[in-house]
Amino acid sequence: MAAHVSFKRSTIMKIHEYQGKEILRQFGVPTPRGMACFSVDEAVAAARQLGGTVWVVKAQIHAGGRGKGGGVKVAKSLDEVRNAAQQILGMHLVTHQTSKEGQMVRRLLIEEGAQIVKEFYFGMVIDRSKQRVALLASSEGGMEIEVVAAHSPDKIHKVWIDPVVGLRDAEVDSVARDIGIPAAALTQARACLQGLYRAFVEKDAMLAEINPLVLTADGRVLALDAKFNFDSNALYRHPEIVAYRDLDEEDPAEVEASKFDLSYISLDGDIGCLVNGAGLAMATMDIIKLYGGSPANFLDVGGGASKEKVTEAFKLMLHNPNLQAILVNIFGGIMKCDVIAEGVVAAAREVHLKVPLVVRLEGTNVELGKKILAESGLPIISGDDMADAAEKVVAAARGK
Amino acid sequence: MSILIDKNTRVMTQGMTGKVGQFHTVNCKAYANGTNCFVAGVNPKKAGEMFEGIPVYASVRDAKAATGATVSVIYVPPSGAAAAIDEAVEADLDLVICITEGIPVHDMLRTRYKMQGKRTLLIGPNCPGLITPDEIKIGIMPGHIHRKGRIGVVSRSGTLTYEAVGQLTALGLGQSSCVGIGGDPINGLKHLDVMRLFNDDPATDAVIMVGEIGGSDEEECASWIKDNMRKPVVGFIAGITAPPGKRMGHAGAIISGGQGGAEDKLAVMEECGIHITRNPAEMGRVMQKILKGS
Repeated sequence: MAAHVSFKRSTIMKIHEYQGKEILRQFGVPTPRGMACFSVDEAVAAARQLGGTVWVVKAQIHAGGRGKGGGVKVAKSLDEVRNAAQQILGMHLVTHQTSKEGQMVRRLLIEEGAQIVKEFYFGMVIDRSKQRVALLASSEGGMEIEVVAAHSPDKIHKVWIDPVVGLRDAEVDSVARDIGIPAAALTQARACLQGLYRAFVEKDAMLAEINPLVLTADGRVLALDAKFNFDSNALYRHPEIVAYRDLDEEDPAEVEASKFDLSYISLDGDIGCLVNGAGLAMATMDIIKLYGGSPANFLDVGGGASKEKVTEAFKLMLHNPNLQAILVNIFGGIMKCDVIAEGVVAAAREVHLKVPLVVRLEGTNVELGKKILAESGLPIISGDDMADAAEKVVAAARGK
Repeated sequence: MSILIDKNTRVMTQGMTGKVGQFHTVNCKAYANGTNCFVAGVNPKKAGEMFEGIPVYASVRDAKAATGATVSVIYVPPSGAAAAIDEAVEADLDLVICITEGIPVHDMLRTRYKMQGKRTLLIGPNCPGLITPDEIKIGIMPGHIHRKGRIGVVSRSGTLTYEAVGQLTALGLGQSSCVGIGGDPINGLKHLDVMRLFNDDPATDAVIMVGEIGGSDEEECASWIKDNMRKPVVGFIAGITAPPGKRMGHAGAIISGGQGGAEDKLAVMEECGIHITRNPAEMGRVMQKILKGS
């Protein structure tokens, strides 16, 4: 159960392509044969074991756009496999979904090559307004669905799936015809999409994509890529998904935060924010920006912040070398302002806080909370309301 | 007058005997007419027991039959919360308020599917609940920040709702009802549903609508307002600074594929005649200005 706690109120859980393909195969969706590798020697050995004459060497990181960034290479000999693996392993792969510095590649997938005749796109998402799982299908396989949606939305076909009946044969056949899957491949396509849907539901996925699903020269239908995001609120019933977690792919600060049940996301700015509630935390970031500053993080301490939790939150923010000032914005409901004030004072003392600290308290026991801050002897700047606090923290971050 | 609940509402609490349920039941009972409003608890293992003078029943159906309660509030832990909603829907309650945070999305998909064609309304999950000041409070919001009056508040977040309420109260503007619809991607009443109720409520003069990035609920509500709303609406959307693709604590708050961004929402809302503000500290003052002007 520990895994559940550590993911609570955290991000969606992502996994690697090779792990996604393991799941697909469990649900009867064919993929090319392949092996995950952690070194160049392992990659060559894997290619040898797979046999054949063409292999694909694929970087495994939790971001899309790997091909364009140079993270996917076709090799036609074992030497080429070695070269490709040498180039890709350890590289900082930059894609539109990574940071500017890129993500270091630590794992590879070595796969047998496939002779592709045609490529298709299939995705599954939760449609919030229709409150159904939606299947998205497009003839434009290999392209990002966002790009297709922008340029030719008529090429995206949608099916809203009845949760009791599931994805029906007739629905698959109809969408398959719409995107040009030949009649001879219909039975295989059905198995793929119905398998994808079962995986989506049974594993509590929030997003799944096969892009592309390909038709090969020898008439087979194969999933050439696999992307899954899982609902972190459902991980308590999926230890097998939790086992796929790769901490190297996550922001160390966010991993640390999840241990203390804090919801933390690193940002580019220099003003740390500690807030209770996700909505108020976002609004606090917004108001910092509105007053000319830049938030260093999103940090929601949740409804029941203890002294320990506040101290850990301060430590997390202070790990950021860009940090110039901290804004604590608490609207006490269940959480009493005097309790949070004691936590802030204790945390500031324990971490020997050097940057300016602005605190705005409102709600239950606010007068008591303000008194604790004022009598602490610490140079805490008090904010009367959100605007006042934002103005003061922006000025403080600029050394004024 | 108010929307959805008032001092005559009779409430049962599912998950009353757990730690969270006990804490909030005590607070809700202590608020305004709470002693008369909170009449039952539900726990199949503790039927026949009492908590704070409130009898516990084995099922929602039993609690309804014995006390006449037509509204339920749920504090059941995430793994059992969707089933708790199902039970309340099966018993034909008028309204279910699910406070529980962290219910798996696929559980909610199944529950919402089962609710089709049923009479029960759902607020939440992952919400603070709702309050009609000086009459009844159902949920986890701090009661004392509210003041009876004529402004409606509807919001997807918890503490940001308190922020809006706190600003109104500080300016002497009381509230008719305040509804937290919750931050989850699959939920019950939307902004639009609550806005309709405020429009028809003779005790509500104007509404503050607080939204977040993700989804298109605010846009759908805005276009309804353009054609139907007879009262002024002030709007704020949290998350202008949120980076795309990141989840800000709420599962619902995702910008994906360029949809659901704060600026897009604000643009649509402004176009539909909503008085938007980009400053979360100004929600109350914008409302005050509009009321003075009208």
